[in-house]
Amino acid sequence: MSNSYDVVVIGAGPAGYIAAIRAAQHGMKVACIDEWKNKDGKNAFGGTCLNAGCIPSKALLESSELFHRAGHEFKKHGIKTSGVELDLAAMQKRRASIVRQLTNGIAGLLKANKVDGLVGHGKLLAGRKVEFSPVDGKPEIIDATNVILASGSTPIELPFAAFDGDNIVDSWAALEFDEVPKRLGVIGAGVIGLELGSVWARLGSEVTIIEAMHDFLFMADRDIAAAAGKEFKAQGLDIKLGAKLTGASVGKNGVKVDYEDAGVPNSFDVDKLVVAVGRRPYTEDLCADDSGIHVDDRGFIEVDDECRTRVKGVFAIGDCVRGPMLAHKGSEEGVMAADLIAGEMSEVNYGVIPSVIYTAPEIAWVGLTEQEIKESGREYKTGSFPFAASGRAKAMEQTSGLVKVIAAADDDEVLGVHIVGPMAGELIGEAVLAMEFSASTEDIQRTIHAHPSLAEAIHEAALAVDKRALNFPNK
Amino acid sequence: MSIEIKVPPLPESVADATLVAWHKHAGDAVSRDENLVDLETDKVVLEVPAPADGSISAIKIEEGATVTAGVVLAILDEGDAPVADQVVENAKAEPAEVVVESADISKTIKTSPAVRRLLEEHDLDATMVTGTGKDGRLTKADVLSFLKSDESSNTAPGDPAPEIIGEGAAVMLERNEQRVPMTRLRARIAERLVEAQQTAAMLTTFNEVDLTEVMALRKRYRESFEKQHGVRLGFMSFFAKASVEALKRFPVVNASVEGTDVIYHNYYDIGIAVSTERGLMVPVLRDVDQMSFAQFERDLGELALKAQDGKIGMEELTGGTFSITNGGVFGSMMSTPILNQPQSAILGMHAIQQRPMAVDGEIMLRPMMYLALTYDHRIIDGKDSVQFLVTLKEQLEDPSRLLLQV
Repeated sequence: MSNSYDVVVIGAGPAGYIAAIRAAQHGMKVACIDEWKNKDGKNAFGGTCLNAGCIPSKALLESSELFHRAGHEFKKHGIKTSGVELDLAAMQKRRASIVRQLTNGIAGLLKANKVDGLVGHGKLLAGRKVEFSPVDGKPEIIDATNVILASGSTPIELPFAAFDGDNIVDSWAALEFDEVPKRLGVIGAGVIGLELGSVWARLGSEVTIIEAMHDFLFMADRDIAAAAGKEFKAQGLDIKLGAKLTGASVGKNGVKVDYEDAGVPNSFDVDKLVVAVGRRPYTEDLCADDSGIHVDDRGFIEVDDECRTRVKGVFAIGDCVRGPMLAHKGSEEGVMAADLIAGEMSEVNYGVIPSVIYTAPEIAWVGLTEQEIKESGREYKTGSFPFAASGRAKAMEQTSGLVKVIAAADDDEVLGVHIVGPMAGELIGEAVLAMEFSASTEDIQRTIHAHPSLAEAIHEAALAVDKRALNFPNK
Repeated sequence: MSIEIKVPPLPESVADATLVAWHKHAGDAVSRDENLVDLETDKVVLEVPAPADGSISAIKIEEGATVTAGVVLAILDEGDAPVADQVVENAKAEPAEVVVESADISKTIKTSPAVRRLLEEHDLDATMVTGTGKDGRLTKADVLSFLKSDESSNTAPGDPAPEIIGEGAAVMLERNEQRVPMTRLRARIAERLVEAQQTAAMLTTFNEVDLTEVMALRKRYRESFEKQHGVRLGFMSFFAKASVEALKRFPVVNASVEGTDVIYHNYYDIGIAVSTERGLMVPVLRDVDQMSFAQFERDLGELALKAQDGKIGMEELTGGTFSITNGGVFGSMMSTPILNQPQSAILGMHAIQQRPMAVDGEIMLRPMMYLALTYDHRIIDGKDSVQFLVTLKEQLEDPSRLLLQV
């Protein structure tokens, strides 16, 4: 390392490492500081996403889905199995190996782009100086022409259900259970709660989820939330809506979960309890008091639309600033910050960020929901298409769910696309691209979609907006 | 060190300019080459860039004032802006240019399927519509709003236009007036039009042209042309090339009048009228006789875009030998264009309409357009003007003549 850089990035999660690589590609001298330590005591780049979030959860989602289908669906396909057995240790080993490959990959990428990856704690001081405290060694002061803060987020802990690392755990620990809990409780039916609940339910847990909100998936389109809720219920997930957690205590019978349902106290027992009520920005000890950076009372670093903080030359990106806590949002902000530092035009289109929930079936959307458009007063039209009418979905034996397209009534611009169904997270890509280019439903209608494919469902839903669906009766 | 920021030398034909907008205030830091102020002249908006890094210490002339060349607009204190500022200013200064450039690229003309359908159905050119999509691309909404604004500004023939009644009712209720001074561009347009009316002996002759062949040719080669040249094959290139052929045969139509002299040109610089938000502009394409169809379409697209954005230069607006105006894009069936002096003729194109025509003794529907040629009768005789249009008609009804020059 050196003692002065053009750009110092603090955090090597999907926002930070992308910002560092992009800045280096602009010819700048870049360092990226990260202190993430895994449960095996080893440091690793990649942040929450690669070590404790997106990637390991998807590894388990895939494995558990295959296990579930082998036990429940193979017969339908005409495949006979003689006793499908779970080897959780091997499943977890595979998960850990995928994570290791990817985090090592980031170290390699940083190196290939000539970014100095520094392992330790980074702290912004006044005057665009960064204090770097290596894991083994004395703190040093680095001069930085520009600094990008990308310190990420951490699970929210509830005071009356504190993490004990064994029975009451956060989402990270819930990915690394070494045996399948017989009864699993999940606090919070958000993205993380649903994904974790799905994984363990498919591996054999009896799962109870409690959610304080009365509306299931309140941020999703109502039609999609309703279809998904019905599906999860059929799969055996017990989701209690409008239920408020009041306490959790560990006893000889596992964890006793106390909650209130419409003011009526109630309780149930589980072997493990996952608290997944959301995440908060991780900004402790990130900025010195005199650094000039403003952190709001929820811990978010204050930035403008271009991710600039109040201090010139200091940017903040990813989960530690406003906006959805999504890896791809952070990465895009990282690209923008690096481009702006290099003097190039760049922007993030916050109106077109896809959201995906990796349950089975998957849920994905981009743009506005029908209720949001209705509230805005804009005239709109909708079209939807059920996967039950898709040849490909039928062949895959995954016919639940639908695609819903919402467009402006006056100029036909696509305002939102909402999917619940097989591969929704992949299918949404087409909708994101279309909306990024301000496409109309007619543009999607006039675009050829391969047959047979799941993507045809988007085509048909776009056609249905103008009552021109070809493979489903128009209402 | 203090530097005086002055009005740059104005072109010969321009007496003065109006200070339209300051982009900086007294005390603002500026970097070298950053635009400080917009000056509007008869024809274009001039930008006055900062000659050095520093800060504006005083502004001498306020917005709205009329200025002449050499007048001091502001005082700049030279000096390095603080480093931190530069980091930010650089970042801020660059994007504008990048945006314009990428908009340029997008106009060579990649459009989405819905946009292609609308352009085709309404016989529009992509260059005529301002794109608001990513990097300036056209969206369906852009074309729809363009068509809508056209409808409201041009009453379709035979349409009783109920909207007007609505508007009238609104006026009855409010009964107020608004006095708005003409922009310099508008005032200059007005002045030149009246001048043309008063000095030339203007007369208009008409003909009509059957565009079956041109349309068939366009349809047949549309894709390969676009693939080969990266630009859409429009109607305008046919009219321009056919005009050049006709001008060659009737050189007086390509001539201009100066006092009692007639000046003949052996080059063919053709002005194409473009409607912009700021008013009508006529960018000139040089040596059209030596241009390919693709080059013409490309250059026209670029000039039209520059005119739309107010970025067009004085030299691109002066010196044409003949002009073409297309009222057809707004739905006009018939008009008598006014000369763009000192030129002595202008061709008016109009809307294409399916009309029953007698073809080889049978009545057939054909895509027809009325042509108008307004000419300066002082130097052009009726015979030449009529034959000019006939030549044009022959070329367009059988475009292979353009190739063979017959």
